[in-house]
Amino acid sequence: MKYAGLLVMPAGFFLTIGAVLLFPPSAQRAVFVLGGLAVEMMGVVVSVRGHMELRSENR
Amino acid sequence: MTSVAPMPFPETSFALTLGLLLLAPLAIAGLALINTGLGRSRSAMQSLLGSLMVISTAVIAFALVGSAIAAGTGSDHVFHLAGKAWNWAGAGPLFLAGFNTAGPRAQLAVLFELLSVALAVLIPWGSGADRLRLPAGAAIAAVFGAILFPLAAHWTWGGGWLAQLGANFNQGAGLLDGGGAAAIHGIGGISALALVWIAGPRKGKFPREGLSTAMPGHNVVYVLFGCLIALVGWLAWNMAGSLLWLNTAPAALVQTAVNTLLSAAAALVATFSVTRIRFGKPDASLCANGWLAGLVTSSACAGVVSPLAALFTGLIAGILTPLLVELFELALSIDDPSGAISVHGAAGLWGLAAAGIFAPQSGQFVAQLLGVSMLLGLLLPVIYLIFWLVNRVLAFRVDPDGERLGMDLHELGGNAYPEFVVHRDESYR
Repeated sequence: MKYAGLLVMPAGFFLTIGAVLLFPPSAQRAVFVLGGLAVEMMGVVVSVRGHMELRSENR
Repeated sequence: MTSVAPMPFPETSFALTLGLLLLAPLAIAGLALINTGLGRSRSAMQSLLGSLMVISTAVIAFALVGSAIAAGTGSDHVFHLAGKAWNWAGAGPLFLAGFNTAGPRAQLAVLFELLSVALAVLIPWGSGADRLRLPAGAAIAAVFGAILFPLAAHWTWGGGWLAQLGANFNQGAGLLDGGGAAAIHGIGGISALALVWIAGPRKGKFPREGLSTAMPGHNVVYVLFGCLIALVGWLAWNMAGSLLWLNTAPAALVQTAVNTLLSAAAALVATFSVTRIRFGKPDASLCANGWLAGLVTSSACAGVVSPLAALFTGLIAGILTPLLVELFELALSIDDPSGAISVHGAAGLWGLAAAGIFAPQSGQFVAQLLGVSMLLGLLLPVIYLIFWLVNRVLAFRVDPDGERLGMDLHELGGNAYPEFVVHRDESYR
């Protein structure tokens, strides 16, 4: 699960880059960038949850 | 050599920047002292000697290899996408060749970056306290100085793609990061997270049953004195960064210093109040973390926002820091003795975003968010992968016997406090 999270993070990064490439400087671009950041945060959360599961197994 | 903006850099600015950079190492000294104080007494000597070791390794790696990547020359490595040039790495000379003939500003930029890599590498070293082996710390420092930090430095300071967001995509002035909230603290904080994930917690930290074991720092006086020393270094750091990377006029530097101080002060007051409310009494080591988080936040903000905004950003950092330290330890089972993930990682990201919110340039917010996105979405997975590979070659973690004895005795054959009796740790029973 930790590795799945680590793969989701770059997906969010490419979303933010996509926003800069696809949209003109506008609120729309900002919203899309925020969406990309939300995906990255989701990746961090999944990785942290994976870390917690591994930790509880190893205790 | 690192990018020299096509702007005049008068002798006054040169002398001022050089003078400030001579004070900047106090931030490094303060952080080393804080890391040592927050660790255990049985690892104090290893922590401080290790600080010197990782600093030396990172600085040498940067001078030999990293400076070429961080450099901003006219012939950088670029790829083209959607009709725009994406400058992703410098193409300067290896081994600092030609340093003596570079312009004064370029020389100062290299000195700033050498100090920056020294500060950045201390951040994961502090998180690995009490279990990270010296050779592993040195290996991490070498990777940090040769590859990771130079890439981030080039992107933010050396005319890389983040710095060019303004020119290429009308996003304000590109990423603004005078004091290194992204290139130093952000990358240091996420490296700390990757390291802690791989190395695991200290033995006995998270027992099978019940809450996590409290392992308080062995010398809070070191920690608090480190905070005071760090303030001097940070004031110098932010002002030198403003002169070099934000092209601030010397006359405008006073505001940078005022903002740095206000941010730290507001953060301390906030952390003091939060811990007083939560625990009944203020917590000294968390207050130190709050103070440091305020300074980290100022690294992005001090040169670009108003004093009131600096105070507000520091206040938010001070509120969030103790809550995040508690969240990481109690809820997420992440053992971070120095609190670096919250103090440098989270506060650095908040500082970057806050600079975008309060900076006067239009479109700056998106540029700053892209800086945050680069750290979380690109560098965190890359750093995790690199650290995972390094760990396969050179194990990060000391063996259980070494951890029981303490890093001082195990790795250095002596103790930092030889006349004191080191008590047996009940958690190992």
